[in-house]
Amino acid sequence: MSFISYLKDGISLGSIYAIIALGYTMVYGIAKMLNFAHGDVIMVGAYVILTCITRGGMSPVLAVILSVVVCTVLGVVIEKVAYSPLRKASSNLAVLITAIGVSYLLQNLALLIFGADAKSFVSVVKVPSVSLFGGQLMIKGITIVTILACIVIMVGLSFFVKKTKPGRAMQAVSEDRDAAQLMGVNVNATISLTFAIGSGLAAIAGLLLCQTYPTLTPYTGAMPGIKAFVAAVFGGIGSIPGAMVGGILLGILEIFGKAYISSQVADAIVFAVLIVVLLVKPTGLFGKNIQEKV
Amino acid sequence: MKKVKNKTTQNNMINYGIVILLFVIVQVLSSTGNLSRLLTGLLVPICVYTIAAVSLNLVVGFSGELSLGHAGFMCVGAFSSALFSHAMSDIPQIPRFILAILVGAAVAAVFGLIIGIPVLRLRGDYLAIVTLAFGEIIKNLINVLYIGVDDHGLHVATSSAGLHLEAGGKQILKGALGISGTGALYKDIKSSFFIIGVILLLITLFIVQNLVHSRSGRAIMSTRDNRIAAESVGINITKYKLLAFTISAALAGVAGVLYAHNLSLLKVSVFDYNMSILVLVYVVLGGIGNIRGSIIATIILYALPELLRGFANYRMLIYAIVLIAMMLFNWAPAARNWRARVMEKVRGSKNKREVA
Repeated sequence: MSFISYLKDGISLGSIYAIIALGYTMVYGIAKMLNFAHGDVIMVGAYVILTCITRGGMSPVLAVILSVVVCTVLGVVIEKVAYSPLRKASSNLAVLITAIGVSYLLQNLALLIFGADAKSFVSVVKVPSVSLFGGQLMIKGITIVTILACIVIMVGLSFFVKKTKPGRAMQAVSEDRDAAQLMGVNVNATISLTFAIGSGLAAIAGLLLCQTYPTLTPYTGAMPGIKAFVAAVFGGIGSIPGAMVGGILLGILEIFGKAYISSQVADAIVFAVLIVVLLVKPTGLFGKNIQEKV
Repeated sequence: MKKVKNKTTQNNMINYGIVILLFVIVQVLSSTGNLSRLLTGLLVPICVYTIAAVSLNLVVGFSGELSLGHAGFMCVGAFSSALFSHAMSDIPQIPRFILAILVGAAVAAVFGLIIGIPVLRLRGDYLAIVTLAFGEIIKNLINVLYIGVDDHGLHVATSSAGLHLEAGGKQILKGALGISGTGALYKDIKSSFFIIGVILLLITLFIVQNLVHSRSGRAIMSTRDNRIAAESVGINITKYKLLAFTISAALAGVAGVLYAHNLSLLKVSVFDYNMSILVLVYVVLGGIGNIRGSIIATIILYALPELLRGFANYRMLIYAIVLIAMMLFNWAPAARNWRARVMEKVRGSKNKREVA
């Protein structure tokens, strides 16, 4: 029974990774950049929820909505101010270092505003636990909510990208930015939209993460962010189902590593997976092999 | 052609000159008693970080890849050399320290090679994320590692009790508690660590500058400037990127050795992501691909916040803002055009004045 219990925890953690990885994979697919600050947007979202509820006395639903709005705006502003001037820069390195700078900026701003001490997070999602097999297996409400949220987001996003006009514009921009522009797609707006969606999802991921692991520090988002990127690479960067599968596999792997090997080296195992994936199949599980043209 | 070469040599010589001049100034100040205790304590760390920044510049500036695991390589060099120093404590101090430096450099180079081989075949941002991952893996592994020594040799375990040391054996590496007392092993030469640091920095400069201006160095820069063009003239991209990466890792290992032996307690937790970013900030602010810039930026940026303690809270924030601003100012096409226009105006008015 402990195996199933660990599996459930793994899927729950993996669902959070999957939601974060969606943000990474969409931005990477469309803007062709690694948004290092994505993990820190999660942290910002979580602080917004916490502050709204504990200081502002808002209702949880309102706080979550506000957090999604703040993160969406933050994502677009970051893109406009820091990334878009560098889009045509001669070096890829420039935008990558800028992204690290933004990540560092968000962490240190949070450090100055909220302090370095860990804050315990309030319980926002109040869903009763479910008990299975005569009480042998308890599934917490938040676990169910997390997994459901992940499925809903994944299905919704797939539908959005495949069936709607802005979604198709995203596909076009990710395929060939210049050709898309010639066909009348507004590339700048599409990239902004991608950042908006990714950052909005980050706010939801922040909520779910802090419900499962209820402590919040300015560095809360950094490690899950990096692991989610590993998940995105694992699943094949640029692929939405890939991010989902990669995230869940990575979550299961991490929980099993913690449970059966050692809690201290679980992170090392997760990162070792990245190196192995890059060695064996660098395009990931669902990735496309793109030939570079001269 | 000859003139170009002379200019290169001259540039290299200026860099050596700056380091030696600063060293002489510091020595004069310290012998006349004008150097505060705080500043004296900063001297060796400045050497450490300058070596780290120059070596990182080799990867970021000349091979055009981003490494976020520089602290990881320093960590490997630091711990392997500290272990060596403890395990081989019967060798006289000076040869032991030289050997420790070589051990640290070699182990870091091996790790650089292992990390570089799978990753440098890929394009894009993978190196950044894999080096970041490597730094975390190393930190996690050393955190659970216990190493002790007794008459039977080295014992390695994942817990203190698992070592099964005989009576008279001693624990060297105690997991998260790290290695203590490495500096005390070198009582006779501890006071001259700054001189050793400066010599190591000069050697680092010598290696990096000569590599950059060699045939291999030009090949490395060509892979940065245009991968496809470089490949089409027969340059083995993976080989040259790997060369730059491995040498950079080895030199980071040397920085780690110096760092480890200067401290009384070496903990793995200091070699975190922030340390890698700090070194990256030095490189970026000094100018990517500019070795002299790395040296000057490191010395100023390392000494300033330590001297202005009240400023410490805002240091990281200001670093972040400056990092973003520098990248936008130096690399955004709009900013570059604006700079070119301004430069033209300045030159134009000068020419006019000359004509008048």
